[in-house]
Amino acid sequence: MKIGVVTFPGSLDDGDARRAVRLAGGEPVALWHGDHTLAGVDAVILPGGFSYGDYLRCGAIARFAPVMEQVIEGAKGGLPVLGICNGFQILCESHLLPGALIRNDHRTFVCRDQVLRIENADTAWTRDYTAGQEITIPLKNGEGGFVASPDTVRELEDTGRVVARYVGVNPNGSINEIAGITNERGNVVGLMPHPEHAVEDLCGPGTDGLGFFTSVLQSVLV
Amino acid sequence: MARVIVDVMPKPEILDPQGKAVHGALPRLGFTSVTDVRQGKRFELEVPDTDVATLDEVREIAGTLLSNPVIEDFEVRVEDGS
Repeated sequence: MKIGVVTFPGSLDDGDARRAVRLAGGEPVALWHGDHTLAGVDAVILPGGFSYGDYLRCGAIARFAPVMEQVIEGAKGGLPVLGICNGFQILCESHLLPGALIRNDHRTFVCRDQVLRIENADTAWTRDYTAGQEITIPLKNGEGGFVASPDTVRELEDTGRVVARYVGVNPNGSINEIAGITNERGNVVGLMPHPEHAVEDLCGPGTDGLGFFTSVLQSVLV
Repeated sequence: MARVIVDVMPKPEILDPQGKAVHGALPRLGFTSVTDVRQGKRFELEVPDTDVATLDEVREIAGTLLSNPVIEDFEVRVEDGS
């Protein structure tokens, strides 16, 4: 199974994302922001970092990168797409996911091991978890506060589209402690914390993040 | 040539941590009369003309790239005296 990982100018976690795909048993494929094709991959990851220096707004310029035309078209057709951190911001700017991410309410960058509760284990990227399961993965962001209109938040909650929620503390002021959401079809997931940094016991808080990458391999096989 | 200004501001209901930080710094500098600060962005676009078609295009640019309608409002105006 080929999982594409897009590198934008300023991406930081593309290498770790490819590594996580490999450890999960998939074949990582490096995609470039200027590509006009997805090289036949079965799923796409938009990694964390500071694409285009976070100029204008986080993800605002990356959203119009050539490769995003294919990503957006694919996502609308059911292609599994995971946006992590900056990738989540790009998915919101692309309107593939509702809402937006704004500067943390406490105005400081946060970097910590964060407990999350998986709320929806039916998406393409969370199938290997169980609903209600608590996992610990790194969180590192300056602009991770999830906001959306009250109607949008109600719809996300009522339709089970909150994928993961912060447990213990709300690290960035996100509405309803929302750490990740999905689209109606469950193929597009945006997540602020970083599962790709928790895939080996040697580094990070454990291997709780690996499930995102093994889940999509199943989704692609189905 | 003419100049069109696009002002982008966070929506009133959206938390503006940057504006709050600026506001928080004012009393430390001895300025006590300001009750709130909101921080936005100003874009200056150089255009050959300010006809209806051009301004429509600027509004489209403002709504698609310069602002995110989920969290921001924008205003377009032609700069005076140009």
